[in-house]
Amino acid sequence: MKLELRGLTKRFGSLVANDHIDLTVESGEIHCLLGENGAGKSTLMNVLYGLLQPDEGSVLLDGEPLTCTSPGAAIAAGIGMVHQHFMLVPVFTVAENVMLGRERTRGLGVLDQRAARTLVRELSERYGLAVDPDARVEDIPVGVQQRVEILKALANEAKVLILDEPTAVLTPQEIDELIEVMRALKRNGTSVIFITHKLKEVRAIADRITVIRRGKVVATVAPDTSESELAELMVGRPVQLQVDKRAGTNLGGAKLAVEGLDVVDPQGFLAVDGVSFEVRGGEILGIAGVQGNGQTELVEALMGLTAAASGSVKLGGRELVGAGPREHLEAGIGYIPEDRSHDGYVGTFSVAENLILDLHSRAPFSRNGTLSPAAIRANAAQRVEEFDVRTQSVETEVSALSGGNQQKVVLARELSRPLELLIAAQPTRGLDVGSIEFVHNRIVRERDQGTAVLIVSTELEEIVALSDRIAVMYRGRIVGIVGPDTSWDQLGCMMAGIPPEEAAQQAEENPTVLGALEDAHE
Amino acid sequence: MNDATTTLTRETAPVPATLESPDERRRRIRMGVLALVLAGIGVLLAAFTAPETVTFALSGQLADSPLSAIKLPALPVALALAACTVAVALAHLLRGLSGRLGVLLWAVFGLAFVVTFLCWAAAGKTFPLTNQLQGTLNLATPLILGALAGVLCERAGVINVAIEGQFLAGAFAAAVLATVTGSLLAGVVAAVLAGVLIAAMLAVFAIRYRVNQVVLGVVLVVFASGITGFLFDQFVKGESAKFNNPGVMSAVPIPVLSSIPVIGETFFRQTLLVYTMYAAVAIVTFVLFKTRWGLRVRAVGEHPRAADTVGIKVLRVRYQAVLAGGVVAGLGGAFFTVGFTGGFDKDLTAGQGFIALAALIMGRWHPLGATIAALFFGFTQQLQGQLQIIETPIPSELLIMAPYLATVVAVAGLVGRVRAPKADGEPYVKG
Repeated sequence: MKLELRGLTKRFGSLVANDHIDLTVESGEIHCLLGENGAGKSTLMNVLYGLLQPDEGSVLLDGEPLTCTSPGAAIAAGIGMVHQHFMLVPVFTVAENVMLGRERTRGLGVLDQRAARTLVRELSERYGLAVDPDARVEDIPVGVQQRVEILKALANEAKVLILDEPTAVLTPQEIDELIEVMRALKRNGTSVIFITHKLKEVRAIADRITVIRRGKVVATVAPDTSESELAELMVGRPVQLQVDKRAGTNLGGAKLAVEGLDVVDPQGFLAVDGVSFEVRGGEILGIAGVQGNGQTELVEALMGLTAAASGSVKLGGRELVGAGPREHLEAGIGYIPEDRSHDGYVGTFSVAENLILDLHSRAPFSRNGTLSPAAIRANAAQRVEEFDVRTQSVETEVSALSGGNQQKVVLARELSRPLELLIAAQPTRGLDVGSIEFVHNRIVRERDQGTAVLIVSTELEEIVALSDRIAVMYRGRIVGIVGPDTSWDQLGCMMAGIPPEEAAQQAEENPTVLGALEDAHE
Repeated sequence: MNDATTTLTRETAPVPATLESPDERRRRIRMGVLALVLAGIGVLLAAFTAPETVTFALSGQLADSPLSAIKLPALPVALALAACTVAVALAHLLRGLSGRLGVLLWAVFGLAFVVTFLCWAAAGKTFPLTNQLQGTLNLATPLILGALAGVLCERAGVINVAIEGQFLAGAFAAAVLATVTGSLLAGVVAAVLAGVLIAAMLAVFAIRYRVNQVVLGVVLVVFASGITGFLFDQFVKGESAKFNNPGVMSAVPIPVLSSIPVIGETFFRQTLLVYTMYAAVAIVTFVLFKTRWGLRVRAVGEHPRAADTVGIKVLRVRYQAVLAGGVVAGLGGAFFTVGFTGGFDKDLTAGQGFIALAALIMGRWHPLGATIAALFFGFTQQLQGQLQIIETPIPSELLIMAPYLATVVAVAGLVGRVRAPKADGEPYVKG
């Protein structure tokens, strides 16, 4: 089915999220929508899917005008969507999730569970998407959850399938499987719209690429366009794709030593299972892994936010297990949490107040239990300058800043103390390219001053770009610790739990599309 | 494609063992200590039990069969059962009880504790067991209906603290309308409408205007209490015969079933409202878990956005569920007047709506769980009344407190993990 958008415009107050977007997706085409976080890709797709109403412009399906005032109408018109944050009910089974909204009944509204199961089995066979219809969604891995999302769209006989950032939670091997599925859909005549901000995927997958910047279509190009060209189109200026990172020169002795660390999650699972590693001063250790393999719990245990069930964490020889977060901070740990709006700052506090959250009870920021506004403001002015935080004033609420500037506030606070160890969890999640560059450079600079740095990221690209050594986590364990020049494919196999040597062998035998691109690039 | 290899390694990869998390451990110890304290009380009671005979009467005074009864030697029975409770409590504290065996053992614990208590309290006296069961059912009927109403609302993601208000409105409407029309059925219909009216207010403010649902619920209770109290004082009180004399529904014995000894008389010689309650338990369970509408209700209560993206009208489903809850709560309200007492009085529901809410939570948002919890609360309330009558050494104030204490213990999450529907209480905003 051919899909055309003509002059589509969506405004939120004074912000124009989509500015007269024109886009044509041919039948059986894989069309990539490339743009930075906040460029307006998701808004555009939500308009298309009927979740938002456009202010201007029209949508044509096979030449016929289409108005979707609700997702129901979009589904009926043959538009399916796989959302970035999966739209699955965790306590339902796969079959229940697939049938939700289009339930078949046996009269009197009684659900026909058997028909639903059969449908899931049929579809999963036809498209090679293996899932168990009776599994509860919360019990299956994210990669499989994504398959369920795709099945949902297929069950509705979608002719246009929108995939919103589908690769964020997948290993390179799983991305390969996804590419296969997309090609199977294409052969079937389904049009696929693939939304991403990752340059490599685009070139591996797309038939055509439309680049969006600040709500406007900048260009539609062929997939043989070079990465640097795409990046420039996306950001609007030449971008340095590689982090300027020479090997650390200031390498010291082991600062952080983790030994046999176990953490049990509230469900009673061993989220971190016998993890041991060391980080030396002046070194960046990257922890790679698909989301939900124990990284969050590991970081929380290292910060004293979660109690460790057993094991030891030593910083400079001092045992930290059993100590609270304040003692961890005082021991010289800087912490960039993975969910900054939840754990990183207080949104309704000003920039100045957020910059002293951890130091507010000390001189010069307070005396005898009273805050000293002058000192707080002076500190803020200095940090804002140093970290290039774009804010109207230091009194502005942090929630009013852009994601990148919010993260800079967190970074400025954490790096303003002398550190022994910096823990950065997903430090660039949801940031624009400019902010990503800035954050990466600051992290490298911190390393060069001799601080031990631990980076946790689900973005393999980020891990490879920054790390001096890479540890891969799978189901709470460290699969192996390898060097920075390990191939993507090997890392991908390790992210699926395969030990390093075997992973290297398998990676050699089964190269993936993305891995080949990445390794050729280096 | 390396699909095969990935899948293979996925399956053979070590699955983390299920362990006890610190939270669970704490919960187990807390619950174990609580059980041990209870068991200790049981042992103390047993030790002070008079060495006499305790008699459990098996039929009410009205029954035509001759008085049959179980006679037990109070002291040895109490000691043996107290020992049972200690054993169960220790087993939980040290090992943790779970699964079917756990449920069975906790049932044994509860029963043993109650009988120990009765041996102590009624040694040398006669405890009317049939009355106890009958009273339990009478007290539990509105609790169950109220808790079912709560289940319907909260499974759809709307917190319903207003059950008490729905009860009051229903009870008042039933009494007045039944008296005026002379038809008890008309009274019940009026009660349903009154319950739906309060539900509609809850729905509009919670779903449309996104008011904080707990505050809203409390406000609706105060509103219902105020308006029924006002109308009662102004119009009804002075002319009871004209407005507040509905009479009580008569019992309709079910053939065969009602002639089962002890149980038959209690459960199958009841009013139509009680039978409606039985049906409501079955219907709500079936509808929630086996029908399309039920699936959608649970979906909007767990993950409304997911429901929205597959074309389900989230707000509409929520309205439907809240209003359906209003029907059930209204029936519960009717029971207070036309099903039981035969007349309205100011605030006659006396906080039972809140106990129904507690039953809903203790029953973990499941209709059957809520029913069992409501029966438990009904049992403790009835027991308190019985013990006052047979004159036990305990001050009655303490006994009146007991059901509420049990509620607090239950709601505080001491009885296992409580997991509410994920989007319970969260208004849904599109986009």
